[in-house]
Amino acid sequence: MTGKAEGSLLYLDDVSVSFDGFRAINRLSLVLEPGEMRAIIGPNGAGKTTMMDIITGKTRPDTGDVLFDGSVDLTRLDEAAIANLGIGRKFQKPTVFESHSVEDNIALALKGRRGALAALFHRRSAAEQGRIDALLATIRLSDKRDLLAARLSHGQKQWLEIGMLLAQEPRLLLVDEPAAGMTDAETAETAILLKEIAKTQSVVVVEHDMTFVRALGVKVTVLHEGSVLAEGSLDAVSANPKVIEVYLGR
Amino acid sequence: MITTFLIDSLDRRGRVVVALLVALALLVPAGNLLVPEGSAFHVSTYQLTLCGKYLTYALLALSVDLVWGYCGILSLGHGAFFALGGYAMGMYLMRQIGSRGVYADPVLPDFMVFLNWKELPWFWQGFDMAWYAFLMVALVPGVLAFLFGWLSFRSRVTGVYLSIITQALTYALLLAFFRNDMGFGGNNGLTDFKDILGFPIQAPGTRAALFSASALMLALGFVVASAVVRSKLGKVLIAIRDAESRTRFIGYRVEHYKLFVWTLSAAMAGIAGALYVPQVGIINPSEFDPAASIEAVIWVAVGGRGTLVGPLIGAVAVNFGKTWFTGVLPEVWLYALGALFVVVTLFLPRGIVGLWETVVTGRSKPAKEPDEAGEKAGEAA
Repeated sequence: MTGKAEGSLLYLDDVSVSFDGFRAINRLSLVLEPGEMRAIIGPNGAGKTTMMDIITGKTRPDTGDVLFDGSVDLTRLDEAAIANLGIGRKFQKPTVFESHSVEDNIALALKGRRGALAALFHRRSAAEQGRIDALLATIRLSDKRDLLAARLSHGQKQWLEIGMLLAQEPRLLLVDEPAAGMTDAETAETAILLKEIAKTQSVVVVEHDMTFVRALGVKVTVLHEGSVLAEGSLDAVSANPKVIEVYLGR
Repeated sequence: MITTFLIDSLDRRGRVVVALLVALALLVPAGNLLVPEGSAFHVSTYQLTLCGKYLTYALLALSVDLVWGYCGILSLGHGAFFALGGYAMGMYLMRQIGSRGVYADPVLPDFMVFLNWKELPWFWQGFDMAWYAFLMVALVPGVLAFLFGWLSFRSRVTGVYLSIITQALTYALLLAFFRNDMGFGGNNGLTDFKDILGFPIQAPGTRAALFSASALMLALGFVVASAVVRSKLGKVLIAIRDAESRTRFIGYRVEHYKLFVWTLSAAMAGIAGALYVPQVGIINPSEFDPAASIEAVIWVAVGGRGTLVGPLIGAVAVNFGKTWFTGVLPEVWLYALGALFVVVTLFLPRGIVGLWETVVTGRSKPAKEPDEAGEKAGEAA
């Protein structure tokens, strides 16, 4: 489609979307390389969540290109199709299946056939069980596997949701405020976990917590009023006068 | 594969339910036909038919639980599928009358002769054959549900909005079936049945067989429903109920899952209606009354939503209460039913089964959800 998108994992070009006349995303362009981890920061209403909605198929952009893997047009696909392409999403508020056990939460997210009939006659294989056990160990919930997810603490739910994301084996993870509501120790551990994940997968992290972004140590994109204000290392963007004005000024 | 799939599907409680239903299917007719009148174990034909009717209501309640309890689709129009199954059975029974009708027309049912119709409408063709009619009993509600579900789930109509259009569906059918030129007997519906499968429909043996068929069909429905909800598909349904968009972002095409369970449930309701009609001897448009569908939802709420066993208990208990109440204090019944629903919604979010689990066995299930959907039901009702 566009030669410029070649070689990129995620390519947004000149994307705009309005809700009732309000421009939530305004000519946004963003390129993510395979294997890259990117932090997205910006004040409230900057369009961070809307951007995620566009990438995952929840919202259709009015104009612009959204390409995955250099050629797949995401604007024509629905949520399920995009998820099965290998784009996983973690919500700001931890969203797990509360009336399922921790283990079943992971089992449902596990990469595999998603058809209704396949699910009706599905029997869990030994390989799948092994994968579930490994994931439970990674997110440190092995001893809570039979507990209903509703009974987990807030931090544990965040981790379970990250575990569900990993179970999908996505090529790109979109993570919305993973450290929200976490203790300092949990935040630090989450940063380590995300860096671990970023060794094999591309990750986009939306975050408010500057200490957390610093701990990640990756390229930062600053969004403001639906478009990119600055891009670079955290130190570089922090020194950018436009960024300072948006965060502190007015 | 299917057989082991179904047998594996029952937990201990499920096996008890199925065993009880099979025992009922054998013992109650025996109590009616073999035990002499005057014995304490004798079951009168009136009682037998009444219980048979309750069992068909229980099957309807089970079908409602499948969509509401497990997938969060609050249908306030399941009576429509029940009635369509009933009409399909009624059409078969009408054709069985043959020339024994008042006008003695060998092909046309009495109401068509009365309306001066000269030939059988196309949609009445084939209903003289039992296999065709029995297929239509599940197929007609199934196809209607599939089309309705395909349109509404694809457009992502959910929650109260979906509940309202299910009400509209059953109300529209109510109005349509009232019209004489629809060809379903209008206001009076279909009645004066004589035979079913060649057996006289009023004979004690036939009534006993219909009772057994209802109990066994309920048992089969229960096994199928258990198999569905305990499979991975069932877990996806619960996931959809609790967090629909999360389920989409994991990669499940939610509308396909909803459509599956919705269509299955409608077919089940249709079968329930088909067993109901020969036992009560009539089917008329009042079965499409929106209030009837809401009552079915109340049975499920009272028994315990999302438990499969609960709806059976709820349907039988509430209808037993209705039979008793309408005999003693007919004008109070609707208030009592409304009060019952309010009490259950406020104090027993998991119904009788939930109460049983907490009080008797001490196992309190920390489920969080039913309150919210219960409120929705309250609002929509």
